[in-house]
Order: sequence, then structure tokens, then C-alpha cells
Amino acid sequence: MSNNPNNWPLWEIFIQSKRGLEHKHVGSLHAADPQMAIENARDVYTRRQEGQSIWVVPAGAISSSQPEDAAMLFDPADDKTYRHPTFYTMPEGAKYI
Amino acid sequence: MTDLTILEERFQAKIDAELKIEPKDWMPEKYRKNLIRQISQHAHSEVVGMLPEGNWITRAPSLRRKAILLAKVQDEAGHGLYLYSAAETLGTSREQTIDDLLSGKAKYSSIFNYPTLTWADIGAVGWLVDGAAIMNQVMLCRTSYGPYARAMVRICKEESFHQRQGYEIMAVLANGTPEQKEMAQDALNRWWWPSLMMFGPTDANSPHSAESMKWKIKRQSNDELRQIFIDRTVQQAEVIGLSVPDPALKWNEATQHYDWGTIDWSEFNNVVAGNGPCNKERMVARNKAHDEGAWVREAALAYAAKKLKRKAA
Amino acid sequence: MSQQEALFTYCLRQADDLLILSHRLSEWCGHGPVLEEDIALTNRALDHIGEARNLLTYAGQVEGKGRTEDDLAFLRAERQFVNTKLVEQPNGDYAFTIARSFLFDAYHLPLAEALTKSSDAQLAAIAGKAVKEAQYHLRHSSDWLKRFGDGTEESHRRAQAALDGLWTFTGELFVQDDLHQGLVKAGVAPDLIAIKASFDETVDNVLAEATLKRPVDGFMASGGRQGKHGENMGFILAEIQYLQRAYPGAKW
Repeated sequence: MSNNPNNWPLWEIFIQSKRGLEHKHVGSLHAADPQMAIENARDVYTRRQEGQSIWVVPAGAISSSQPEDAAMLFDPADDKTYRHPTFYTMPEGAKYI
Repeated sequence: MTDLTILEERFQAKIDAELKIEPKDWMPEKYRKNLIRQISQHAHSEVVGMLPEGNWITRAPSLRRKAILLAKVQDEAGHGLYLYSAAETLGTSREQTIDDLLSGKAKYSSIFNYPTLTWADIGAVGWLVDGAAIMNQVMLCRTSYGPYARAMVRICKEESFHQRQGYEIMAVLANGTPEQKEMAQDALNRWWWPSLMMFGPTDANSPHSAESMKWKIKRQSNDELRQIFIDRTVQQAEVIGLSVPDPALKWNEATQHYDWGTIDWSEFNNVVAGNGPCNKERMVARNKAHDEGAWVREAALAYAAKKLKRKAA
Repeated sequence: MSQQEALFTYCLRQADDLLILSHRLSEWCGHGPVLEEDIALTNRALDHIGEARNLLTYAGQVEGKGRTEDDLAFLRAERQFVNTKLVEQPNGDYAFTIARSFLFDAYHLPLAEALTKSSDAQLAAIAGKAVKEAQYHLRHSSDWLKRFGDGTEESHRRAQAALDGLWTFTGELFVQDDLHQGLVKAGVAPDLIAIKASFDETVDNVLAEATLKRPVDGFMASGGRQGKHGENMGFILAEIQYLQRAYPGAKW
């Protein structure tokens, strides 16, 4: 957000709370370099054992879909219920399917 | 209908349907401004709030208390940071937000302009000030702006120990030596009314309230929250044998609430206007930290730039 | 001096270093150069306090007179504190604070690593927990020292001045008096010559990367381990101990 080169850049922080789970966005912070961003994230976002792995991404590197495109992007999936297992009728008595 | 009206109606429909507003969504300019004001005030309050409590870290009376207080004040810094981060999603930089605080343009909670005179004040701040803040914060977990609500959920989770540690300090003092009990009662006497003021002006006199309620930034009125706080806290004071400094305080069977006296709003206005006991000290301290940190921040940037250059070479 | 008395004093030497350093670091809380760093410094202060509490509690047990961590922290006088002079130095600017922590961390990490092999099971256990914290501390202070040394002209000047000012206090970290030598023989304490070698290596590597000059070994201050502190120490204790002294016997 800040374009002033005299400020520490903004980083978006993703924390993996447990092995096997996904990294989840938790917020942002400022840091001069990636290493500092990781260390700051450790102190800011994992003070209560919330994490076991950290990703830091320069906020400017994230591209986002636009809200006005949401209908175009996501609504077409509405009527494709055949993508879900519950769409199908199984013969009575069939097991393990 | 103009385009703007249509956008506004769609926006309000989302709010009414309890859909969260996210950073890239269209929002009325006043909603954005209102949020930036509220979130940054909230962030500043966390950061300035470190000062009155930090005042006792080096003098905490046991190592256990010292560690707890350090962890608590550190949490406040973290909470300030979560909130600055939420404010940044609205297009305002941290630097701008902080500059507004340092120049005196932005406000923070007036409660932090009162001094922590004795150790019991650390108990009173945790019990009453954090207690009052939590009422507001729990409500804000359901606020309509997504990043603000998410920051508040995180904050509420962490805050839950803050009020308890304060109440524990008060309970120990109230059951301690006569001098300690006197210290606890004196702290309650001094912090009670300012804590009630934390809920803001009465509903009738609250300039931003109606709009904030309509937009579901706020979900309960100042007076509602204040009354719940009083009902809960009076009971807690009784349990530890301290008395709330309000002669008009009386249980009302009909309303099932406490009736209570009147807030001295002239004191409140005076502190907001900058004439509280510690307004100047707080701003001097924040400005000093910021100014003396300038070369540190510059050095880190210069080093990062050099490193990047070497990597590219 | 009995082995028990020696062990008691040895626990206090470590505990007092950590307690006084955490006190100095906690003075920054709310006044840090940037919010993120405020949080980082407080984490350090908390780690040091945690280890100090473990060591003080153990010291009380070794002494066997029923003294608690708080009795030892709040009711000893200046001459009974046995921390090095390094940790009692006032914060100065941020470069001074970082350099002070760096010099301590470069000593503390190899010490903690060595103590995990102590013949004293309790000391080994306390050190085991401290090692991970100390690794992080050294990383944090080294990174900052590099940023300052190789950052701007101003930060370089400040970092060099801090190192030059603090160097005289590093000798005391490695003094092996009779008490210490006795504990080395018993396998309780590590030989500080090895710790010093590790310290030297860390300092040389980090300072080289930071483009800072290692100060020349000159006069080395001492006395802290014998309770002969600088004038700052009395003020530190006046602050730490104020409530316990003003209300004797009260519970908090």
C-alpha cells in the first residue's frame, strides 16, 4: 500500500498450524527483508504455538480477482451438480461405493 | 436511480444479509472513512496503552507477575499490529496512520491518559480497562468489515487472559495486608469512572453511532454495553470485598440491572481535548520512540537493498 | 567452599546475568524503534526471565534454606548479585542494545549447549530448554548487527561505537576462578576456554559480514562475579525490588 521507498515494505503472512495442513493467511506486517519478515511473523503471529511453518509474500506480489468478476468467475459452477458424488443414484444394497 | 444509489443499495443489502465486506468490494466512501478512523483509533489505543502498563514492568513485585505483564504488554503491541494491518487493507499506509497519531491528528482511547500510580493500578487496568475493552471487542468480532472482524477474533482469543490476570492481582491485594487492600480500593476508586467512559458518549450524544449501527460496524450501543459491564463488574467487586465508588449504585429488581449514578462528562471531554493527566507524556513517548527509531529503520532498508543488489550481481 | 555452595553460586551467576539482561531489555517495551521489533525484544526478555526463574528456583533448592526464586531475585542486595558487568550496562541507543545482546548471545549459546552435558541433571535440563531460545537470540542479534554494520553510515558508526564501548566487559564472561575450576573438574560446568573459542568464532564471522572491526583486547573490566558492580546496579535493584522492600512479607 505504501509507495514511499523509505518505509519497510508490507508482507502478507501465511502460517501452517500443523504438519499436513495448508498454510493459511493470518494478516500482514512490515519488514525490510524476507528473513526479517519471517522472524517478525514468528514473534507477531505464533506467540501461542499457532504455527510450525511460515510463508511470507511481498503484498505487492499478490494478484486478486475483482469482486465485480465474481459472478462471471464463480456462478457457472452453480449448475454442475454432477461434479458432486451426491448427484448419483446408487442401486440399493451396493456397498463400499 | 443513479449508479451510486444502486451501488449503495447493493452494499446495504449485503450488510443486511450478514455478508462480510472485503477489501476489494465497493463501499461507500463514508463507510471506508468511518472504518479507517475507528480501526486506526483502536490500533493507536493498543500501542499507547502499552505505556501505562509498561510503566510497572521493571517494578513488578514477583517474577511471575513480571513475566505475565511483559507478555500482556507484548500482546498489546501485537494487537496494535493486527489492527494497523486491517487498516492497511482500506488503502491507508501504516506510516500515514502513525503520522496522524504522532501529529496529534488521530485520537486514541482517553483511558490511557490516566497514570498508573501504584501496582494495584496494573490490576485495575487489566480488570476494568481490559474488561470494558473486551465487551467492545467481542461485539466487533461480528463487525461487517472482514479484515477488522478477523483481527478482532484473533485479539479476543488472546485477550481472554488479560482481564483475568488483572482481576487476580486485585483479588490478591484485596485479601492481602491492610495496606494492600487500601491500594486496591484506591485503584478501583480512580479507574471506575474512566472505565465507564470508555464505552463512549451516551447513545443520545454519540455522533457516529447511528451510521455505524446501520452498517453493522457496531452491533450494540454504547449504553447497552456499559450496562452489561456494570452489572458484571459490580458482582466481581463484591466477590473480592471491594466497593464500587458510586453512592447511587443499587440493584433494580424490575429491570434486573443496576441503577447507577452519572458520568462526569466534563472530565471526559477535558481528557479528550488533551488535558488529561498524561496526554502530553504519552505523545512525547511515542514521538521519541519513532524519532529515535528512524536511523534503525533506514539502516535495515539500506542493508536489504545492498543484499538484493549483490544477489542480482 | 563446599560443592553445594559452589553450585549455588554458579546457578546465581547464570541466573543474575539473565535476570539483569531481561530487565534492561524490558525497559524497551513500548519504546522500540518499530512495533515489530518491540515485540521481538519483549520475546527475548521473556525467554531470559523464564530461564532465570528456572535457575533461581534450582539455586534455592541447592541452598536448601527454603529460599524461592522471588526471595533470591528481590531480597538480595547489590553485593550479593553476581552477574557480569556486561548485562547491567544501560541500554544506550538501539545499536548498543543489540551489540550488548549479541556479545551475550555469542557466549550464552555455546554455554547452554555445553551445559546440556553437565553432570548435574537439573542444570542440563534447564540448558536443554534454553538452547533453542539461545539459537534464535543469536540469529536475531547477529542479523541486526549485520544490518547496522553494513546498513547506513550512521548505523555503522553507532554499531562500531557500541562494540568499542562494550568490549571491555566481555573478558569477565570467561574468567575461570577457583569456584569455576572446581565445577569443571566435577563435570558440572564447562571449561570456558572452549566457550571462548566458540564466542571468538561467532564474533569474527558476524563482524566480518557486518563490515565491523573487532575491538582490540585491552583492559578487561571485572568484579561483577564478585558482586562489585558499577553504580548502575543499585538503581536497577532499587527498581526491581521496590515493592518487596516497601511491603516486607506481603504476597503479590
